[in-house]
Amino acid sequence: MSRTPIEKPKSVYFFGTCLVDLFYPEAGVAGIELIKREGVEVIFPQAQSCCGQPAFNSGQRDKARDVARAQLDLFTKDIPVVLPSGSCAGMMFKHYPELFEGDVDYNKACALANRVYELSDFLLNVLKIKLTDKGEPMRVTWHGSCHSQREMGVRSQPKDLINQLENVELVELKRETECCGFGGTFAVRQPEISAAMVSDKADDVEATQAQKLVSGDCGCMMNITGHLDYRKSDVQGLHLAEFLWERTNDPR
Amino acid sequence: MTLVNGKDFKGRVHKALKDEELRANFRRAMDGLMGKRAMQFTDGDEWTRLRNLGESIKKRALSKLPELLERLEENCTKNGIKVHWARTVDEANSIILEILKSHDVKTVVKGKSMVSEEMELNHFLGDHGIRALEADLGEYIVQMAGQMPSHIVMPAIHMNKGQIAKLFQDNLPDTPYSEDAAELTAIARKELRREFMEAGAGLSGVNFAVAETGTLCLVENEGNGRMVTTVPPVHIAVTGIEKVVENLSDVPALLSLLTRSATGQPITTYFNMISSPRKEGEKDGPKEVHLVLLDNGRSKVYRDTETRDTLQCIRCGACMNHCPVYTRIGGHAYGGVYPGPIGKILTPQLEGLDEYPEHASASTLCNACVEVCPVKIPIAKMLVRLRDENSGNCPHGEHPLKGRGAKSSTIENAGWSGWAAMNASPATYKVATTAMSRIGNLLPQSAPMLKEWTSVRVKPKFAKKTLHQMAKEMGLKDE
Amino acid sequence: MNKIAKQEILDNLRNASPSKGDFVTDNSVIYDKKWTQEQKIERFCQVTSAVNTQIKQTTLHDAQRDLIDLLTEKGVRHLMQGSPSPIAKEITDNWTAMDTGVKLRSFDQKIEACKEELFSVDASLTTTLGAIAETGSLILWPTREEPRLLSLVPPIHVALVYEDRFFNTFLEAIEQEQWTTHMPTNALLISGPSKTSDIEQELCYGVHGPKELVVMIIRNN
Ligand code: SF4
Repeated sequence: MSRTPIEKPKSVYFFGTCLVDLFYPEAGVAGIELIKREGVEVIFPQAQSCCGQPAFNSGQRDKARDVARAQLDLFTKDIPVVLPSGSCAGMMFKHYPELFEGDVDYNKACALANRVYELSDFLLNVLKIKLTDKGEPMRVTWHGSCHSQREMGVRSQPKDLINQLENVELVELKRETECCGFGGTFAVRQPEISAAMVSDKADDVEATQAQKLVSGDCGCMMNITGHLDYRKSDVQGLHLAEFLWERTNDPR
Repeated sequence: MTLVNGKDFKGRVHKALKDEELRANFRRAMDGLMGKRAMQFTDGDEWTRLRNLGESIKKRALSKLPELLERLEENCTKNGIKVHWARTVDEANSIILEILKSHDVKTVVKGKSMVSEEMELNHFLGDHGIRALEADLGEYIVQMAGQMPSHIVMPAIHMNKGQIAKLFQDNLPDTPYSEDAAELTAIARKELRREFMEAGAGLSGVNFAVAETGTLCLVENEGNGRMVTTVPPVHIAVTGIEKVVENLSDVPALLSLLTRSATGQPITTYFNMISSPRKEGEKDGPKEVHLVLLDNGRSKVYRDTETRDTLQCIRCGACMNHCPVYTRIGGHAYGGVYPGPIGKILTPQLEGLDEYPEHASASTLCNACVEVCPVKIPIAKMLVRLRDENSGNCPHGEHPLKGRGAKSSTIENAGWSGWAAMNASPATYKVATTAMSRIGNLLPQSAPMLKEWTSVRVKPKFAKKTLHQMAKEMGLKDE
Repeated sequence: MNKIAKQEILDNLRNASPSKGDFVTDNSVIYDKKWTQEQKIERFCQVTSAVNTQIKQTTLHDAQRDLIDLLTEKGVRHLMQGSPSPIAKEITDNWTAMDTGVKLRSFDQKIEACKEELFSVDASLTTTLGAIAETGSLILWPTREEPRLLSLVPPIHVALVYEDRFFNTFLEAIEQEQWTTHMPTNALLISGPSKTSDIEQELCYGVHGPKELVVMIIRNN
């Protein structure tokens, strides 16, 4: 994404996303800790909920707009809004302006969109984070989400972060950029196609012989690990933030 | 017998997914095509500039479409090409039948034309006693098998050598079983040479129709396109009205984008530019050239400036080559003439959402197609628009599409209203999420949506505490 | 019916709201593709060799000898050329006087009268208008003398191109030669022998057109 690079800010907003909120709060906490450790204050507006994407992608644009509108007044300071999800970041960054076209809140929506960052991109390119690995040797593989790649331009950032970890061997996934078959409601509207896709993805994951599958989006993670667990695979899935935090924090 | 049908999408998907051979054929082919395309666009800057150019050329052409069509007709006519206008498939078919009858044509040899598939022309002519023979190797195979193309550039991509060998053995006299591609190709060459010589007319599609000079451009590798447009005494070209471009100088950029995106070739073997029938003193070429301009719903797609972008398509097929859904289910599952991402947005617009109700939902919106489309059609955005049209309860855009509300469901709408009410109000959100983290895991596996989800996945586990709660405990500022 | 159909289609299109934006065409990405004379020839050879085109570099003086060698090597019995061939003087003059074993034929009748013959010769010889470096393509504008099928039907096609007729790009050829003012019945770009990969993506040459394409580049000395 071609956005003017910004200086390291004093504080940021954290938008947790609804999936993290309900299913993977540790990923959110880890993301927050990583930012805080770099000396940046994290603000978490308690009134936040969901970016609106599930409805937006399901032909329910009006409802998506209602939910998105409820977020617009929560992040008004001119500081970055960081999301531990490329997909929700893409929703705000790319689709809010479109969703509010011709609406009274159009300017607000654009202002928010412009300050949105995906977590790994923010850690690497804004905070210029340097990670010191404290974990045991380990083999992992990375799954990049479609929206982080194609809507947020997040391609190498997460892998650059993982590669900073001395004891971690990153094995590239075959067809790394191919969709895992989640697609929000796609997984339940077209369950058979989705199942075929996630099963192929799990095959590729297992073929890497990695111990962990790291991902930056909880939608993909819920899908892939949900299936890995279903087939009783040994590979464990976890969010990038959690993985990075686990390996670099001082055990208290 | 009609092969085109949007209903029972899921039934066909089910069948395709179970067909291991088909799955393997597509996976192998798509991997190959993606690799070849990538080799063509290693210079990111050139790719960006070239596709911006391609997009601007198509957008400019569409912005003056009616004017360009008239100019095309005028210049073609001046050159001696007869131009026909058809609102519908039926009209186009009758025009062609009339021409063929007036020359007493028994056999027409065909170059590759997706528009003629749209018209189900072979079938129509067959009913009127005229034999239409496909001459593109892939189309020849597919026709022999009584199927439709499963890909707009590689019609027989769903088949492997063994299947083709068997088909030739069963259908062609004195043909032993051979899985050698070169041998199979040689068989087709021999069979078709005589047909070219004897056919009463040739039929082709058009890749670009140049208004400025009245020129019809055809892109191909095999030479069958040149054969059908040169050997028989009559040549009929059919095209959708969106294929017109303004100037001859618009063609090189589009040609480069087309062949490199489609098959990863810098150019195809033949680029054939036809501007007139045989002139006085010339020794070959057809004595008559006809151009049939087909609308078939395109002018409706054109009405709305948002859906208009669909008509930028140059039919390169890159979107399907890169589509993870197409790769899994293949072309036939779509049940329309145009499969893959372009088919998902074009077919429901041409034929109606009610005829193709599942198309818009059969995508993860992964944007792989958007990333490679050489003329930058916002396919994902269009799919979202079609989903809005399908649900029917949040109209936008300038014109409703045919079949708006095809998937409208009161239960679903109510569900989304509940979802919106919960997520738009912080207080309700808090109560609801806290409750879910307490009791969400008690939901039975048979609950709506969970049933589909758990067919191949474990049930997602609600965390004991929400991030909201944890953030508060961490003492994060709430402002 | 045609009139009504036309009117209705155009009316539909005209009633639509206009497209937004102005669509400036910036061809600079194509104009940026520039090579020197020798680089153009080199690039042409490289790109077209990759699709199985055979290249022979020769001079006008040696062209006849080289051509005969080539045809003999390929076992060609009948070579068909245009009538009158625009290059007869230089290359095929005194053909019969040379004891070549390759019979020279001319495309001197209308196709209706010589279909069988055309479909039975095993090689053809044509001129070209030039060649394109970027894509490794030959430019042919068939004429009364050198008809369209000469470069399509025989299994081997030998094409001559002069060294000073190399263009950087297709666009350059169109613009420099002002194509739009005099488009011929048929203009062609030919980039290699006929091919297909319709069967399992496996490349096979010579489906409906020539199985072999030989380009003879005529050097000035
Ligand atoms: S939509 Fe784009 S990628 Fe797909 S066939 Fe058309 S031009 Fe090619």
